[in-house]
Order: sequence, then C-alpha cells, then structure tokens
Amino acid sequence: MALDAIQKNILHEVADLDGIPQGAYNIRANGSSAARSTTANIDIVTKEDKPGIDIIIKPGTKGESVHIPVVLTESGLKDMVYNDFYVGDDADVTIVAGCGISNCGDQDSQHDGIHTFHVGKNAKVKYVEKHYGEGDGKGSRILNPVTNVYQEEGSYVEMEMVQIKGVDSTLRTNYAELADGATLLIHEALMTHGTQQATSDYKVVLNGEESSADVVSRSVAKDESEQIFEVSIEGNTACHGHAACDAIIMGNAHVVAIPKLDAKDVDAALIHEAAIGKIAGDQLIKLMSLGLTEEEAEEQIVAGFLR
Amino acid sequence: MLEIKNLTYRVDDENDTQKEIIDNLNLTVEDGKFIVITGPNGGGKSTLAKLIMGVNQLTSGQIILDGEDISELNITERAKRGVSFAFQAPVHFKGIRVIDLLRLAAGKNISVAAACEYLSKVGLCAKDYVEREVNSSLSGGELKRIEIATVLARGTKLSIFDEPEAGIDLWSFQNLIKVFENMRKTVNGTIIVISHQERILNIADEIVVIENGQVKKQGPKEEILPELLGTSAAANIACEKLGGDQ
Repeated sequence: MALDAIQKNILHEVADLDGIPQGAYNIRANGSSAARSTTANIDIVTKEDKPGIDIIIKPGTKGESVHIPVVLTESGLKDMVYNDFYVGDDADVTIVAGCGISNCGDQDSQHDGIHTFHVGKNAKVKYVEKHYGEGDGKGSRILNPVTNVYQEEGSYVEMEMVQIKGVDSTLRTNYAELADGATLLIHEALMTHGTQQATSDYKVVLNGEESSADVVSRSVAKDESEQIFEVSIEGNTACHGHAACDAIIMGNAHVVAIPKLDAKDVDAALIHEAAIGKIAGDQLIKLMSLGLTEEEAEEQIVAGFLR
Repeated sequence: MLEIKNLTYRVDDENDTQKEIIDNLNLTVEDGKFIVITGPNGGGKSTLAKLIMGVNQLTSGQIILDGEDISELNITERAKRGVSFAFQAPVHFKGIRVIDLLRLAAGKNISVAAACEYLSKVGLCAKDYVEREVNSSLSGGELKRIEIATVLARGTKLSIFDEPEAGIDLWSFQNLIKVFENMRKTVNGTIIVISHQERILNIADEIVVIENGQVKKQGPKEEILPELLGTSAAANIACEKLGGDQ
C-alpha cells in the first residue's frame, strides 16, 4: 500500500521520516500495516489474537532503530493496537513511535496505542513518541496512548513524549516497574490550545535497590484548554525518584498538577516539584527590548520552554 | 542625540500620596559619547534608564531620539529605533539557549562563530556557553555578561547598561571593567552606563549625577570625578594626570 501526500506529511511530523527509515520499521496507516521491514536482529511479527505487533529485539543488538509510526487520515476511524516490545539483554536500541491524525471529516478519529516494553538486563532503550493532529473537519482527533514498562536489572530507558499540536483529546497512561539498578527517564512536552484536553497519568514503582526514576513534564496550556498531570512514584527499597511538573498557563486555560510520593522504605529518596504560572513579565520585556513584539516574544518563550 | 525634556515620573506611595521619582528632569546626550550616570541610591537613575527604554511609562515630559519624540512608543518600537538595554537583573529563560538569545538580539540567524565573537568580547569562553540554556545554572556574573553580549549583538545607536556591576563577584568585576574599556574603544554609538564604580566612572567622557530625580551635575569626567571623589582622591588623579603629561 502506497502512502499519499497527507500521510507522508504526517510521517514527517511524527517521526521525522521523509523516506523509508533505516533499520526495522512498521508503518500503520488507517488501521492496517502499510509497510514493514525487519533486520537480522529485530523481528516484527503480527499478533494473531488481537490487532498489533510483537517487536523482538535480540540480546546484544547495538545501535539499531525501530520505527513504528501510525497515521490516520480516514474520518471516523477508531483504531486500537497492541504493540509489545521484547528488548533482549544488553541491547542498545532507539524506538520511534508516534501517531498523526489528519481529520478533515465530521466524525471523530481515534487511535489508542498500547505499548508494552519488556526490557532485559543492562539493555538500553531510547523511546521517542510524537503526537500530531491536523485537518479542519468538525470531527475530533483523539489519542489515548498507554505505555507499560518492565525494566530488569541494570536496564536504562529514556522516554520522550511530545504532543505539540492539533490533538483534541488525550489520555496518556504510563506505568513502569524497575528492578535493581534500573534507570528510567521520562520527558514530556505538551502544548494544548483551543478547547483541547490532555491528561497524563504516570505511575512508577521502584522495586529494585538503587533503581531511579526522573519524570519531568513541561507543558503550555493556551486558550480554553485543560491539562491534568498526575504522577505517582512509589519507592519500595533504597531508590531515588524525582518528579517535576512545570507548566505555563495562558488565556483561560486550566492546569492541574497532582504529584504523589509513596515511600515504603527508610532509604527511599523521593522528591517532587510542581510549578504553574504565566509567562514572566520580565521575560517579555527583555525580548521586546531586543525588538520582538509581545506576540513574538511569547512564541519564543513557549518554543524554548517546550524544547 | 538623546534629549530628555521636563521628564516627570510620578508614583503613588504607600500613604496614597504622589511622589516624583523623576522630577522635571532635563538632560541632553550627544552622539557617540560614553556617559556614566551616578548618584545616591533611590535618586532615580534606574528609573530614568527604564523610562528611556519604555519599560516604565512617563507621567509627563518628552524623550527625543534624533529629533523624534519616542515618549509614546512601546518597548518594541523604541528597540527598533535603536535603543538597547542591559538589565540590572538579567532574566532566566528555561529552554532558550545563549545562541538563541544572541540571534534574537542580532535580529538574524547569525552563525555560531559570530555569536562566539560577541561572547568573547564579554570575556566568556564562547564554546562553553553558546549551547547552554539561559537559566539558573549560570552564575550571576555569567548572566550579566551574556546580558551585555545581547546589547553588543544588537549594535544600536544607543545602549543603556543598568548597574552592570550589581550582583557580581569581585573577580568577575575585574573582567567586566575590561569589557567596558574595550567597548569604549570599539562601539560607535552612544553608551549610557549607570554605575557607582569609580573604575567605570573613570572610562566616561561625561558624568551625570542624579539626585532626588533631578540632574545635580553634568560635565566632563575630568571636572566631575574629582568632585565626587573628594579632595585627596582628586589630588591623586591630578597627580596622575601630571605624570601622564610628562
């Protein structure tokens, strides 16, 4: 199945892809697989019991990447997919997911991706997920991603979740469990505008000694949009957990930050920081004194904040 | 030329009575001069500087830049007409890098090499800084020098520096003096520095003393500085001058 121009543009937005990616990939378009490639070390297998794929990465695989972008261009499509990643011990890979919806119709388009990661001992994973919506139809663009991460001893997972534009409604649910010496870094960048709604719910369970997690969210809420950021870190042994939510609120937006720390061991060191506020007046004044208009200054501040 | 005519800036104080921070002030600054404004704390120096940039809105009077009355213009419009301002307390920006700020200041997508040039001029080892975020991980002295670099990158006809020495340590200060001495030689436009520091006063062409919202004294450095420093210091400067002449 060939991709059309709109689909190609969405692929560019969500996965920085302007051609066929290097390494393994599976491109899903309007509810079915449009293209797939595997490598000697990375296999992609279609699930038989439900929609979705298993991505199997052999132990010791180094420096390879997997792209699994999803594009929706049919109005009214409701797509749900289960993608399970099995990352072998000592592997070091980059996984690029991402979903883009172009909805020019009047019916809602929705994609719910459920991604589960089984990360082997001392494996290293960088996961990048971008969300993007476009189209001028009345139909909503809805994305409800779920990630479940199970990290074995000494593994390292870095997750970058970006949703900057055009998604009307999002419920993001992330769960992670870490064994001894495992490290998890999550960086979320979110911007909502219009009447969009976005909820992020992170739960990290630190079961392993010297495991550590850092969950950082930077968000900008404009117009009448609404954001809820909920993060919970549970420390069951000697571990380190840090959560930070930093939000810029503009217009008539509504932002809620709910951090929760749950320590069950005297050596669990857990920290949270949350800050919500408007753009500082002195930041605007400084940029205006460089010759920017107030609107240009705002744009620069927001773009930098979400970088 | 910058002409300030009958400038007044009035605020309500805590007793709901009005107070003149700047009181019918008149000042003319010739093109290409290096002017240092000094005077007691609370005398109105920083307020005057902010009124020139448009950060504060004047109550009455006129600010005229090269014949154009800029009193009613906003900050952006004044910046576009050639006014630059280095703030006393530089602002932090999460996510905006030093290179981004210098590009915004220059008004174009300057190369990393060009950005490094500005940083070198303020005594920062450029490659260590250009990619760093302008956030609280930078020290007060570093932020201050980046702030000054943004003004250099603009290269406008009028540059105002509000207490560049405030909030930096002694070591950084030594370097800062060099920055201003260098600027004295290389910048073509008019420079106004608000300062209490003798070594900055010493670089000036002209010194303006502001007290109680008015210009108390204005004149060449040679005339004003000895008065400010008192007799013994004045005598030293006189001796140095004699030594220099020989």
